[in-house]
Amino acid sequence: MKKVLFEIKSNRPLTENVFEMKLAGDTSDITRPGQFVNIKLDGYYLRRPISVCDCEDGELTLIYKVVGHGTEAMSKMTGGTLDILSGLGNGYDTAITGERPLLIGGGVGVPPLYMLAKELRKEGKAVSVILGFNTASEVFYEDEFKALGCDVYVATADGSAGIKGFVTEAMKDLDYTHFCTCGPEPMLKAVYNASKTSGQLSFEERMGCGFGACMGCSCKTLTGNKRICKDGPIMMKEEILWND
Amino acid sequence: MERLKVNLCGIEMDNPIIPASGTFGYGYEFAELYDINVLGTFSFKGTTKEPRFGNPTPRIAECPNGMINAVGLQNPGVEKVISEELPKLSKCFNKKVMANVSGFSVEDYAYTCEKLDKCDQVGWLEVNVSCPNVHGGGMSFGTSPEAAAEVVRAVKAVTTKPVIVKLSPNVTDIVSIAKACEEAGADGISLINTLLGMRIDLKTKKPVIANKMGGFSGPAIFPVAVRMVYQVSHAVNIPVVGMGGVSSAEDVIELMLAGATAVEVGAANLVDPYICRDIINELPAAMDKYGINTLEEIIGGVK
Repeated sequence: MKKVLFEIKSNRPLTENVFEMKLAGDTSDITRPGQFVNIKLDGYYLRRPISVCDCEDGELTLIYKVVGHGTEAMSKMTGGTLDILSGLGNGYDTAITGERPLLIGGGVGVPPLYMLAKELRKEGKAVSVILGFNTASEVFYEDEFKALGCDVYVATADGSAGIKGFVTEAMKDLDYTHFCTCGPEPMLKAVYNASKTSGQLSFEERMGCGFGACMGCSCKTLTGNKRICKDGPIMMKEEILWND
Repeated sequence: MERLKVNLCGIEMDNPIIPASGTFGYGYEFAELYDINVLGTFSFKGTTKEPRFGNPTPRIAECPNGMINAVGLQNPGVEKVISEELPKLSKCFNKKVMANVSGFSVEDYAYTCEKLDKCDQVGWLEVNVSCPNVHGGGMSFGTSPEAAAEVVRAVKAVTTKPVIVKLSPNVTDIVSIAKACEEAGADGISLINTLLGMRIDLKTKKPVIANKMGGFSGPAIFPVAVRMVYQVSHAVNIPVVGMGGVSSAEDVIELMLAGATAVEVGAANLVDPYICRDIINELPAAMDKYGINTLEEIIGGVK
């Protein structure tokens, strides 16, 4: 972890309420896909944890959804600097995915899978990606994943783009060695139940600090209590203990 | 730096800065960021007799200039703190640490304090009778002078180290509780713990925090801390450790003028993990600005 001042290079809408921000700064503490950063915004006390979509040579890409006043303020920024705690969380382990990993993202769970897909492609693996959204107007990054050489499947709940149904519908006929997923918890649970292999799941929780100090985001697992911010956000399939 | 030194209950501290319990874990997370030996000391995560997972999540809500937490004393229990956490801490911290203790009965407090009192690394016992986030414990002891005094007597009977009692601001007369602790043998008072607060999510119309209510902390509560440190320090003859929304060297000076011998920094650590180191570095310049030679000379110096 490192506290870094990043410069905002661009900030553009991808859909009605999802934005892509590109920043320049020291990204040396981001070492794995699936990690996140924690952003201080003027006028808001706690930082905003946002997953890393991509990071290369001092350029950081974040994709975030406007869900409240803080992210709304963020969406209006056109330049200037942001105080960011960089390189938080454990990230995905690409060493255990086998040759044909399947990545499954839902909504703003899609962004961290981009850097993951990029890493896996660099390792020469055949990567399949399922992108799940509610409706066609919410779809983003389909072409970006295709450009990496991934097999991309889009699923929408209302059938307005790609396969009609949830991401699990698209999983049915695919052959894969391991899965990595990020999205809302009901989707994670559905993916967990539908999956036939080992996998890694990325969880979300309201956080205080984002670096393991406050115990605000603790969860129980089969391997003991974990902090989603520090011991996660990625959990192994075999250690997950669902709440209900 | 001699000008920053203070003496808390007979123990010399290089400076008055103490990261507050629950915002600094058992220290080693922060030791990855900076040398935590620059601190006066720190108060470790509230420890109980048995291990506790704490409350369900969400446990955190944001507020203007602050936050609410309802962690609920998650900790591995005193046995593991002594066998696992303290040995890890000894690798990165060579000063005396403040052991923060909570309980659900008078016997719990005495049991946990007696165990920690035997650890060389522990300098002070901070007895938390003010946690707002657990039912049937914590705050229920700190809202009555008699119950608080009973905890203090039980702890003092089985310990040798200075006992500092951490008080709740969620009371009508904090002075009477502080006095009762002093009469029962407390060596110091620390205050304020968090203010009981609540937020509601307008979209779901449910409380943001699963526990519904939690402890409100951050800069928004600083004036309450100044007021209560002032009231208590002028009513007792034992040292007062001030806390509540401290975020800068100037806040430290203000709280010491109000009567604090040392100052804990809580929520600010979560927003900026380097804040305690930075406050210590900034203190000399802030002292110069206000014509202060040593920190010891300003304790309770409000005119």
